[in-house]
Amino acid sequence: MYTASTSKTFFLESSKGDLREMLGTDRRETEGEAEEAPVIIQVENLSFRYYGSEQYALRNVNLMVKKGEFVALAGRSGCGKTTLLRCLNGLVPNFYEGEMSGRVLVDGKDTRYTPTHIISQVAGMVFQNPDNQLFALSVEADIAFPLENLGLPREVILERVEWALNALGIEDLRYRSPFELSGGQKQKVAIASVLAMRPKILILDEPTSSLDPASAKNLIDSIVELNKREGLTIIISEHRLELLLPHADRLIVMDQGAIVRDGDPKLILRDGNLLVYGVAPPKVSEVARYVNAHQGCLRFDEIPLTVREFVEKVRRLIG
Amino acid sequence: MISFEEVEYVYPNGVKALDNISLRIGRGEIVALMGENGSGKTTLLKHLNGLLKPTRGRVLVDGVDTRSATVAELARKVGLVFQNAESMFFSSTVWEEVAFALRNFGYEESVVRRRVEWALNFMELMDYAESSPFLLSGGEKKRLALAIVLAWSPEVIALDEPTTGQDQLQKEKLMQMIKLLREQDRTIIISSHDVEFIAQLKPRIILMKRGRIVADGSADEIFLNEDLPLSCNLLPPQIASLTRELSFLGLKPSLKHPQEVAEELLDALSKILHKS
Repeated sequence: MYTASTSKTFFLESSKGDLREMLGTDRRETEGEAEEAPVIIQVENLSFRYYGSEQYALRNVNLMVKKGEFVALAGRSGCGKTTLLRCLNGLVPNFYEGEMSGRVLVDGKDTRYTPTHIISQVAGMVFQNPDNQLFALSVEADIAFPLENLGLPREVILERVEWALNALGIEDLRYRSPFELSGGQKQKVAIASVLAMRPKILILDEPTSSLDPASAKNLIDSIVELNKREGLTIIISEHRLELLLPHADRLIVMDQGAIVRDGDPKLILRDGNLLVYGVAPPKVSEVARYVNAHQGCLRFDEIPLTVREFVEKVRRLIG
Repeated sequence: MISFEEVEYVYPNGVKALDNISLRIGRGEIVALMGENGSGKTTLLKHLNGLLKPTRGRVLVDGVDTRSATVAELARKVGLVFQNAESMFFSSTVWEEVAFALRNFGYEESVVRRRVEWALNFMELMDYAESSPFLLSGGEKKRLALAIVLAWSPEVIALDEPTTGQDQLQKEKLMQMIKLLREQDRTIIISSHDVEFIAQLKPRIILMKRGRIVADGSADEIFLNEDLPLSCNLLPPQIASLTRELSFLGLKPSLKHPQEVAEELLDALSKILHKS
């Protein structure tokens, strides 16, 4: 029988460092609200071709992300979203090899010259399928495992596990086996285990793809919370834009390895048809676009992303 | 074509996944099983080809009781495409993966070649014919799983969450494929919680919750009901919510195309603005 007390023997003992430093509490800069947020990701003229492949997965990508931004990444399957995300935490080119030009700076560190285990403490990555990320016998042990690998002291590990469970509201799952959890719960555990590393950036590659709508909404809500409460920078790729866009500061659309749109979602949806890029806008914004095309008595300067925004605009018109 | 008679299924760990399911599906019907994860959709699908046999009650496929037939016999009639496509794969190339079942069914090599070619072309996988199935992307793996089943052309095709991880272009392709299969009088059963996709396909919908059927009706009947989808943890289609919220202008709740909704809205608005 595997219990919580035995799972704690899992933790490696190691020398005690400065607790605050280990917890990453000193990382949080105290910025004035008015001050412009610093750049945390800078991608310059990035092109990449996987080893053995003739086609470029990324073509001259330029991108700047500020600390605390919530960025939605969209585009058809195979457009380069996953490759770009892998570049942001150094998996490309350190794990997935290939021919890379240009550079990626994550929190000032050049990913080519920084070991993956260092980058991954700054930019944590959550994958599509949580089953690939979970393996331990209990949720607690799963979250603790990467911290043990870092050789953190036991108290620090316990504290961070506690914090991560709490940040996702899954304290009640602590002693459960990851394999008996629902898809949505598993994905939250996967996020918690990444979060326990105290990254500044959370990168999520289609995290809701196997979840039912209510669980997907619930997961997105948790991610939005992390962005608001912890000031975490979020970069998330997702097909279900109706759940994501109401919360995103910015929408990036990729096609054939290049960025083809980058900006305020409401303006991007107003100015063009995204279906050609394999991206389905929320249905309400489709209706709004058709309304604009008619040039009738109603016009949306900003395309609504939710039913509520749409209806409010209509009510204002008729007074 | 398919009938469930008071079917109950209890997993070995004691979880009752199907609870008194009675259901008839006719030849050529398209049916969507909808409900949250864990509501019993996949368990129900696995009863179609005898992977699971009822603990109580019985399942008839084309008149054959699944308890008295082997999975191999049922597989000719019912092709099941799993949600986790990878669990179907074991061959070293995409081509071999599709050819395997056909050879097993005893088709001649020339027929096998023709059908594999057709299925791979149809699913846009020909470029990967010599690649390992395990190296495909998530969306490609799903298309391969479909290609395998399409190649042997069973009468009943059951798709478990076919739109998961698919982009909009692939979803539209899937929609076309389902409509094409309907033309060929195939019976199609889809488990899905992709509300927007199903609202566009407009099949008969069977709503499940905790192993039971809670509603069985047309897409309009299910999705335009204010409470039903939410009670099963499904978010209603946006068009349904939008048209309901706009009913103060005289719009009727519907699942119409966004363009039609825009036109109806402008009509209603111009009448109101004209009056005042």
